[in-house]
Amino acid sequence: MTRFTLAYIEKILPLLWDGMQVTLLLTALSLVGGGTLGTVLAVLRLSRSKPVALFAAAYVNLFRSLPLILLIFWFYFLVPLIVGHPVGGFYSALTGFILFEAAYFCEIIRSGIQSVRRGQILAGLATGLTYRQTMRAIVLPQALRNMLPVLLTESINLFKSTALVYVVGVRDFLTTAGMVGTRDNTFVGMYVLVALVYFVLCLGASLSVGRLQRRYAL
Amino acid sequence: MIEIEKLSKWYGAFRVLTECSTSVGKGEVIVVCGPSGSGKSTLIKCVNGLEPFEEGKITVEGISVGDRKTDLPKLRARIGMVFQSFELYPHMTASDNISLAQIKVLRRPKSAAAERARQLLERVGMAEHADKYPGNLSGGQQQRVAIARALAMDPIAMLFDEPTSALDPEMINEVLDVMVGLAQDGMTMIVVTHEMGFASKVADRVVFMDEGRIVEDAPKDDFFRAPRSERATLFLSKILRH
Repeated sequence: MTRFTLAYIEKILPLLWDGMQVTLLLTALSLVGGGTLGTVLAVLRLSRSKPVALFAAAYVNLFRSLPLILLIFWFYFLVPLIVGHPVGGFYSALTGFILFEAAYFCEIIRSGIQSVRRGQILAGLATGLTYRQTMRAIVLPQALRNMLPVLLTESINLFKSTALVYVVGVRDFLTTAGMVGTRDNTFVGMYVLVALVYFVLCLGASLSVGRLQRRYAL
Repeated sequence: MIEIEKLSKWYGAFRVLTECSTSVGKGEVIVVCGPSGSGKSTLIKCVNGLEPFEEGKITVEGISVGDRKTDLPKLRARIGMVFQSFELYPHMTASDNISLAQIKVLRRPKSAAAERARQLLERVGMAEHADKYPGNLSGGQQQRVAIARALAMDPIAMLFDEPTSALDPEMINEVLDVMVGLAQDGMTMIVVTHEMGFASKVADRVVFMDEGRIVEDAPKDDFFRAPRSERATLFLSKILRH
């Protein structure tokens, strides 16, 4: 049995870093994709057209009602059928994450926009700004500030959820650590290390956004 | 300058305004009063098209507000509006609040907009608060900045929607003083307010509304001395008792 020493950690660090890169990439792409799609959905949900708003609401309710792990499985088998060739665990999982997160981001952004008083819109319009200018200069900056804490919570959730790609064989941070642990029989140390890394990263993110929030507090 | 002809408006099946007609000449100060829910705020929000209306006609310097072809943002840029709850943008300093529309609508350079903001802040007695955020200002101070924000567009008329109703008593006067100054400088104003002291000081005419109708539209002195309608007499007796 290999001993879990600093020298050992140093030796396996490049492997773990490869895994962490996959985790970070998956998180970043899901955030960008889910955030973009979520913004579009939020705009649709706030649309004055009933069918459009209903479509967005249906999307949100559908994807919020399914377990994430099911979506990952689903796209792992479904996407290859649609595109005609295997796409690999990474892209199928990414598709699942984006579609799933979009539903949550839609709700966060929608409630953020709705948290801005209607009088603010009237005030902007009254000075001659167009509706679009009012949204961009007055409503969205305030909405974003109000959304910040929930947005962060959701991002941290996503970061941790990416570990689910384990089930379709993507070598993210957790999967890689597990594999190394199996190979060297260093489970215990390895999983403690993994927990520490996740903890430090998530706590760091929380603290830095807390500071950001205090700076931009309204 | 502002003509309101047989204006009617419904919220669903509920009729909020019934055939309201009045007009405001250049430099005139009109005070609109009446019990709450009588449609005063709705009426002045129709003037700059913030509230749509179903029947009747409003023209501002000959431009029809209800016409679909009217460029509403352009029209609104020429009419200043002050709200009951101030509605300053909380994420911007007082100066930036006043500069925003100057830059985006009038396309003034940033430096010119800031300079205009500085002048106006001085005019409303807020020069030393230019870089403060609304959250750090009192209600009266916020409302004075809001007036400066409206004036920054060099409006041809100003609409005031209960500008002092949300203020603590000791702050009402600092806002009214600014408004009296504006009136004396010849600004065309429509003011929804219960401040009868302000009305008797600077108003040319008083419009009294009840249940969505304009019940009385009379020169100030006639209105205070001898209101013709029973409803207005009752209202005045209640509001002037203390």
